[in-house]
Amino acid sequence: MEVFLQQLINGITLGSIYGLIAIGYTMVFGIIGMVNFAHGDVFMVSAFIALVAFLLLTSFLGISSIALALFLVLIVAMLFTSLVNWTIERLAYRPLRGSFRLAPLISAIGMSIFLSNFVQVTQGPRNKSIPPMVQGEFVLFTKNDYPVTLSFKQLIIWFVTAVLLACFWYLVSKTRLGRAQRACEQDQKMAALVGVDVDRTISMTFVIAAALAAVAGTMYLMYYGVVSFADGFVPGVKAFTAAVLGGIGSLPGAVVGGILIGLIETMWSAYFSIDYKDVAAFSVLAITLIFLPQGLFGRPDVEKV
Amino acid sequence: MGGDAPGLRVDTVRALRDAGITALLAFGLFLPLVGFQTVTDVRNDLILVTRWPLLLAVVAVVGIGRLAYSLAVEPWLRQRALLPATPAPAWRVQAGKWFLPFAIGFVVAYPAIVLATAGFGRAVKWIDNFGIQVLIYVMLGWGLNIVVGLAGLLDLGYVAFYAVGAYSYALLAKTFGFSFWILLPLAGVLASFWGILLGFPVLRLRGDYLAIVTLAFGEIIRIVLINWVDLTNGYAGITGIPRPTFFGIPFNAEDDGFAAVFGLEFSPIYRTIFLYYLILALALLTAFVTVRLRRLPVGRAWEALREDEIACRSLGINTTNTKLTAFAMGAMFAGFAGSFFAARQGFISPDSFTFLESATILSIVVLGGMGSQIGVAIAAIAMIGGTEIMRELDFLKLIFGSTFDPTQYRMLLFGFAMVLIMIWRPRGLISTREPSVVLKERKIIGADLVKEGHG
Repeated sequence: MEVFLQQLINGITLGSIYGLIAIGYTMVFGIIGMVNFAHGDVFMVSAFIALVAFLLLTSFLGISSIALALFLVLIVAMLFTSLVNWTIERLAYRPLRGSFRLAPLISAIGMSIFLSNFVQVTQGPRNKSIPPMVQGEFVLFTKNDYPVTLSFKQLIIWFVTAVLLACFWYLVSKTRLGRAQRACEQDQKMAALVGVDVDRTISMTFVIAAALAAVAGTMYLMYYGVVSFADGFVPGVKAFTAAVLGGIGSLPGAVVGGILIGLIETMWSAYFSIDYKDVAAFSVLAITLIFLPQGLFGRPDVEKV
Repeated sequence: MGGDAPGLRVDTVRALRDAGITALLAFGLFLPLVGFQTVTDVRNDLILVTRWPLLLAVVAVVGIGRLAYSLAVEPWLRQRALLPATPAPAWRVQAGKWFLPFAIGFVVAYPAIVLATAGFGRAVKWIDNFGIQVLIYVMLGWGLNIVVGLAGLLDLGYVAFYAVGAYSYALLAKTFGFSFWILLPLAGVLASFWGILLGFPVLRLRGDYLAIVTLAFGEIIRIVLINWVDLTNGYAGITGIPRPTFFGIPFNAEDDGFAAVFGLEFSPIYRTIFLYYLILALALLTAFVTVRLRRLPVGRAWEALREDEIACRSLGINTTNTKLTAFAMGAMFAGFAGSFFAARQGFISPDSFTFLESATILSIVVLGGMGSQIGVAIAAIAMIGGTEIMRELDFLKLIFGSTFDPTQYRMLLFGFAMVLIMIWRPRGLISTREPSVVLKERKIIGADLVKEGHG
C-alpha cells in the first residue's frame, strides 16, 4: 500500500510532464492533422534553454532566491522555445501545408534529427547535471519503516502544471484566439472565409505548444537535475502515446493520457521490471491504436467514400 | 531595366529590412544555445562560457543569406516562373534513356575504378565505407519501397526486420556454425515471418497511426535486444560473427584461403570487393523482384491498395493478404540486408538498430520519390554517400582550425537536408510514375495524380 501510494505520487508527477508535452502533439494534430515528430526535441531544447537560463541567473546575475530564479527560468524558457517552434513551423512545415501527407512528417523527422544534433554540436554530447534546485520533502506518513514522501519538487510540478493548464484552458475556451483555433480545427477554408487569419492561428498553436513543452522541459530539468541532447525522443514518443490514449485532438484527453502513461510507467517499474518500462509505454500505444483508435475522449474517425 | 514587369523589380529597401528582421530572429534563436555553452569545470560543476564571436558569425551568415536570397534567388525564381515551360531538350531525353545502363555499368565497375584511382591501400576504405554502406541503404530503401511506395503502408519500424535478419544470422552462425549461404535465405524467411507477425495487429491502421505503431514495435524489439542479455548479450552486442566465404573458401591468410588458392598475395581487399559484389547482387535482386512483382496480380493489388483501400475491398481484393504480403516481402529483403550487415561487420549490437535508422530509410524512400526505384537509389547515394563524404573533408580543418571536426556535423546536415529536400520537392526527387498497366498508350503519370497511400 505504501509503495503503491508513493508510486502514485511519482507517477502523477511524471505524468504531468508527459501531459504538458502531449498537449503540444494533440493541438498540432488537431489543427493541421500532422504528427509533429520534432515536438519531443523541442521539449529537449527547452530543457537546455532552461539550463542555460538557470546557470545565467544563479552564477552571472547572482540571484539567490530559488523561487524567483525558477520563475524567471520558466519565463525565459517559454519565450525562447516559443520562438524556436514558431521558426520551425514557418520554415519547415508551412511551405508543406496542403502538400502530400508524408512530406510534413518527413520534414518533422528531419527537424527532429536536426534539433538533437544541433544541441549535441553546440552543447556537447555529455549529460549536463546541475545541483538540485529545490530540496526538502513532506513525509506524509511512515508505515513499516517506509516513509511515503511528497517532495517540494513534486509539489511545484503539480502546482505549476495545474496553474498553466488553467490558463491554457481559459485561452482555448474563452478567448478570441481559442475560438479561432477551434474554427480552424473544424474547417480551415471556412474559417478563412469568416475572417480568421489561419496562418497566424496555426503559428500561435505552435507557440502555445512550445510554451507548454518549455514548462515541461523546465520541470524535467528541476525534477531530474540532468539533461542530455538525446532526451527528446523517448519522452516525445511517450507524450505522443499519452495524446493518442486520451484521444488525439482532445485537450483534456492529453492531460489524462499523460497522467495515465506516467502511472503505468512508474507502476510497471515498481512491480515488474524497470528495464522494460519503455516497452510498457510502447505497448500501451500499440494496444490503444489497435483497439481504441479514437482514444478515451476522442471522436471516432469515420471515413466517407 | 525598362523592360521589366513591375512585379520583377528588386526592392532593395525591403530586402534589407527582411534581412535585418531575419538576423534579429536568428539572434534570438541562437542566443541561448550558441551564445552560451555549458561546460564542466575542474571542480566538476557546470558553468557557462560565452561565445559572442560565434553567435555574431552565425547571425551574420543568416542575415547575409537572407539578403542574398531576396536580392538574387527570389527574382530569379520569379523570372523562371514567368517563362513558358519548355519541353526537355533532346540531349536530356537521350541521357535519360542511357542513364540506367550507364549507372549499372558504373556500380559494377566501381571497385576497379577505385582501385585504379585511389590505389590498393586506400581502396578498401572507399569500397567499404562508401560503396558497401551506400548499397546497404539502397537495398533497404528498395525493400521498404515495397511496403511504403507500392502498398502505401507507412512503416517507421523497418529497422526491426533488419535487426531480426542480423541477429538471426549472428546467433545461428555462432551457435550452430551454419554457413552464410544457408543462413541468408533463412534470415530472410525469419524476418518475413516477423513481418507477418507484426503486420497482423496493425491491419486496421492507416497513415500516421500505422507509422507510430510500427515505430513502437521497432523500439520494443530494440529494447528486448538490449535487455535479453542471455540471448543477445545486451548492449555489448555479439562479436566474432563468422564472415562469409567465397563459396567455401575463406578470406584469410591461411594456405586454403582465397588469396592462396587463387595464387594472389594476401590482402583484405579481396573480401571487401567480394562483399561489395555480394550486396550489389542482393540489391539488384531486390530491384528485379520488385519490378517483376509490380506486374503480378499481387503487385497490382498493392498499388490498388495504395490508391484506395475501400475501392479495393469492394472489388474483392483481399486486403488482409495484400497487406501481409507487402509486409512480408519488405521484411524479407530487410532480413537479407541484416544478415549481410552482420556478416560484413562481424559485430552487431542494438546500437545499429535505432529509430534513427528507420527514419533514415524511410526518408530515403520519400526523398527519392515513393515507388521510384531510381529515385530511391539516388536519394540513398545523396544522403548516405553525402554524410559519409563529410568524414573525408579534412581540408575544412585548414579553414576552421585544427579542432574542427566535420564528422560532428554529419547528422546535423542530414536532418537539415531532409527538411530542405522536402520543401524543394515534396514529392521526392523523381516524382513521376511509370504505370504497370496501360490502356492503348504508355504515359508517365505525374506524382500529383498518385495517392500517397493512407495505408
